[in-house]
Amino acid sequence: MLVRRAPWVCQTCRHHGPSASRTYSTAATRQRPIHVAIIGSGPAGFYSAYRLLKKLPDARIDMFEHLPVPYGLVRYGVAPDHPDVKKSAETLVDVAKHGHFNFAGNVPIGNDPGCLPLTSIAPYYDALLFAYGASRDKKLDIPGEDLKGVLSARAFVGWYNGLPEYADLDPDLTGGDTAVVIGQGNVALDVTRMLLAPLDELRKTDLTEHAIDTLSRSRVNNVKVIGRRGPLQAPYTIKELRELMQMRSLGFAPPPEGWDKLIRVEPRKRLPRQLKRIAELLEKGSTTPMQEAEKAWQLGYLRAPAAFLSSNNEQLEAVGFEQQEYDSPVSDLITGDAPTDLNGLRGLRVRSTGAKSLVHAHLAFRSVGYQSTPLEGFGDIGVPFDQARGIIPNDRWGRVISPSKGPAGPLTAGHVPGMYCAGWVKRGPTGVIASTLDDAFTTADIIAKDWEEGTRFLSSPDGDADGTKGGWTAVKREIQRRGIRSVSWYEWEKIDAEERRRGQLRGKEREKIRRVSEMLAVLDGYGRTSYM
Amino acid sequence: MVQRQCIAATTRAFSTCTLSRPASRTTPPRIHNQLSHQRRHLHQTQPRTTRTPLTHLQHTFPRRNTPKTRTFTTTPARSHGDLTPPKPGEERHVTFVDKDLQHHTFVVADGDNLLDIAQANDLEMEGACGGSCACSTCHVIVESDEMFDRMEEPSDDENDMLDLAFGLTETSRLGCQVVMRKELDGVVVKLPSMTRNMQASDFAEKS
Repeated sequence: MLVRRAPWVCQTCRHHGPSASRTYSTAATRQRPIHVAIIGSGPAGFYSAYRLLKKLPDARIDMFEHLPVPYGLVRYGVAPDHPDVKKSAETLVDVAKHGHFNFAGNVPIGNDPGCLPLTSIAPYYDALLFAYGASRDKKLDIPGEDLKGVLSARAFVGWYNGLPEYADLDPDLTGGDTAVVIGQGNVALDVTRMLLAPLDELRKTDLTEHAIDTLSRSRVNNVKVIGRRGPLQAPYTIKELRELMQMRSLGFAPPPEGWDKLIRVEPRKRLPRQLKRIAELLEKGSTTPMQEAEKAWQLGYLRAPAAFLSSNNEQLEAVGFEQQEYDSPVSDLITGDAPTDLNGLRGLRVRSTGAKSLVHAHLAFRSVGYQSTPLEGFGDIGVPFDQARGIIPNDRWGRVISPSKGPAGPLTAGHVPGMYCAGWVKRGPTGVIASTLDDAFTTADIIAKDWEEGTRFLSSPDGDADGTKGGWTAVKREIQRRGIRSVSWYEWEKIDAEERRRGQLRGKEREKIRRVSEMLAVLDGYGRTSYM
Repeated sequence: MVQRQCIAATTRAFSTCTLSRPASRTTPPRIHNQLSHQRRHLHQTQPRTTRTPLTHLQHTFPRRNTPKTRTFTTTPARSHGDLTPPKPGEERHVTFVDKDLQHHTFVVADGDNLLDIAQANDLEMEGACGGSCACSTCHVIVESDEMFDRMEEPSDDENDMLDLAFGLTETSRLGCQVVMRKELDGVVVKLPSMTRNMQASDFAEKS
């Protein structure tokens, strides 16, 4: 039941400002603010926090991040030449500065010494929101994946973006002029762009200095981006395709054979708008004609990677593919109803024809998607993990559900009280930033709804579900007790300022600090730290 | 008289809003924005008959003339909420239909874009990229074909982003790219309901 104690707010305003009316519509049982711990500080975590503070202005939100610096993939995933997308971090700053919000960077979750166990967080909060994304990349599981010259696109992206984990990747781009990218998502196209973009343009971005140095020595001038399915099934988005098509002195080479058949889907007019525009763009090709191009890129379709080949079992020399064909003819799928057609065409499956082909290259990138992994200690707090799908099982609104054990006992699937998830760990590693925003909002809304309706949340160790939680004060003690050097928002701002200062010296927005020890040295002084 | 009522109402609504805020730390810009929008909104709901549009708007946008004392505009992305008051005789009307089918009509000036207008009035529209046409969070659907045709053709960049928007229609636009002008006076746009992740196809088992 909702109790309204507000003196007077006009009808329109009540509708207009959710925060104003929500303050007075707490359920009788919830007379205190909710305490939420968010694990992960990428867009999913921040957008959830933003929405939560809007829906429950009283909420106390603490965010835990294993790196000293926030923003997750906005900082370490979004390509340096997409500053517009990186701008979304500016909105997130508003959240971070809110009086009810705490940031705890450099706090890894886990049971090892120097980590904060989930069991030391859960007792102090009403809800835990997992928004830690996808920290691994999918493997192809084909022979030769460990050869020198086979790189994970995730590692490469992390490396050029200055992610500490890959600070020492040091990719060798001097082995040959051809690189193969396996997979056709936007990460694949980002990698392609980084390999082929004119250096003078990359220099203006926040691409790390050591990456520019390595890229300037690169011999790669031909990148083949190869996918298992066709041009209308590939997961790239049109913006990224267009960027490559319009890149200065870069030519686009259509696939070697069968291009007409692949791209001239009849009737073109009846294709859903999104696919029609992709087809038109691909057909038009690059602004720079191939004859005038200095570098080239090519799309290859209907080829599944079969093996990485080498004659000395050391250095990659070629990639073997198996030819694929569509399960059913594309034109059969066009019914005229755009949403149905879109799903049908995008979902079209392929099967192997058995024919084999070979592409010679000394460099190959595996870019077939990311994968989430469970956090250490999930079992201790009753959070399940779906290994097959690589997500935390949830009811699609964001409530974590246990497939085997519910509130009524074993065998009834049900919501694990107080546990929520958002972002890639909730729905899998797909979608652009707007999809994560929608998704995070959905989760935040459902937390707010559950809170207002008096749903069960986490209870204190003494079983008292209604007592105020220790929240930040208590968890801070746990962090200190373990000797973890946590980084506050204020301290991140110092790191941020230092990065901007270093960038300014080089005439760019920022020069990212690539090592955790160096980030901490900005705060504590050099020589005093033995972190990392 | 109207003026006094107005201030009284403002104070009342303002104090109800602030009750839950912490006393010590700074109010974040966005939430600060909300508070001022509510105040602003209250003014707008007062009877308009006795006031000329000019005084009404001077009153409605008090911050405009004192930019140095503003607390919340340090970057372009955060400047939503700063709308230009229309010149007398050049008031344009724009109506947003939210997902609950509520109509919200605002009097705005030429040159303001729909994203800024919506955010200044605290409608549920996000601009994740700060209005730089790099995301699709400010997707709107223009209600009439005729009005849609009066707008300038969307650029390739805008269409590229629209292709990713949920619930794309023939008359979809990005709010940040639609700039008010004389021809668009009276335009009605719908805000698509935010249910992208509830789409069945998004949850199909991935092979």
